[in-house]
Amino acid sequence: MRPVSYNIKKKPLEADISMAEMPEGHQGQGFFATTLDNVIGLARKNSLWPLPFATSCCGIEFMATMAATYDIARFGSERVGFSPRQCDLLMVMGTIAKKMGPVVKQVYLQMAEPRWVIAVGACASSGGIFDTYSVLQGIDQVVPVDVYVPGCPPRPEAILDGLMRIQDLVGKESLRRRNSEQYKALLESYGIQ
Amino acid sequence: MALSNEQIKEKLVEKFGDQVIGFEEQYGMLSFQSAKELNLKVLNFLVEEATLQFRFLTDLCGVHYPDNKGQEIAVVYHLHNMRENVRIRYKVFTDSAQPDVYTATGLFAGANWMERETYDFYGVNFVGHPNLKRILNVEEMDYFPMRKEYPLEDQSRIDKDDEMFGR
Ligand code: SF4
Repeated sequence: MRPVSYNIKKKPLEADISMAEMPEGHQGQGFFATTLDNVIGLARKNSLWPLPFATSCCGIEFMATMAATYDIARFGSERVGFSPRQCDLLMVMGTIAKKMGPVVKQVYLQMAEPRWVIAVGACASSGGIFDTYSVLQGIDQVVPVDVYVPGCPPRPEAILDGLMRIQDLVGKESLRRRNSEQYKALLESYGIQ
Repeated sequence: MALSNEQIKEKLVEKFGDQVIGFEEQYGMLSFQSAKELNLKVLNFLVEEATLQFRFLTDLCGVHYPDNKGQEIAVVYHLHNMRENVRIRYKVFTDSAQPDVYTATGLFAGANWMERETYDFYGVNFVGHPNLKRILNVEEMDYFPMRKEYPLEDQSRIDKDDEMFGR
């Protein structure tokens, strides 16, 4: 067995079009009441626009993840955008040289809030095998990271698992989080704003 | 008639006498050295001499020999005579405390980036280079990474998270 976590939750095909699960709330005839957080979380998590930042071998694995067999589009992340202005999720896949660090940061700065970051692979998470003078030892030195996917390279299943964890985070995120003191302190610790 | 290594050697000795030393042949390729002050004279001779005509600078690089005291850093020129298809190597050695070597950019425009790279990794100060600054590494770097001066695991590094690596 490969040490990746699989999605073991069975989800039988209910219809030709699969629907997102309904959030908790009260319903009666002709109405449904729930919190705004829930509705917005539901919309956001099922329509993430990823921005792939693929620099090396892990990027190849992401290409497989995008292609038909694994198909990241099944998770509402069909629209891979190549403009940071329009994207919600920065996916950094591959070795980031120290010289590339400011570029990653610049791309992150160009994304509009709310934005999430996923570090795919050992290199993006920690520098990986490149314990050397020229490689950034993990992108969390320049931008805050939400989910780390281990592996060298991670299998497409693992990348999908990482995406689903991002979806969980996005779905449960409070609308006030981005205005909170902690979040501001986090960004400040990276010298942003 | 093809240019042989003996002919090249003869020409060089005829011109520079015992100032060119260390002739050796590895895999059929001639290699020799001289004092670093002579590098431009020797290179110029190799380029201009009617029979030699080493007009192409294939590569220029550095090597660090930490045990070779006073002569730690070698600068190696790989030259190519395109007409005869003959290659040679020419080395000069310099002290790593004061690694000043004259720039070859006047002779070969291609030496510009190669010398910047050699400076970047070995800290060779090419005297007279038009734009001697780092080319591959980050500008803030304050050491020369290819010198054999550092322990394999650099204890002074703070960019590595020790907890994650069990140190
Ligand atoms: S983690 Fe491994 S597969 Fe991924 S970029 Fe680094 S070396 Fe390549």
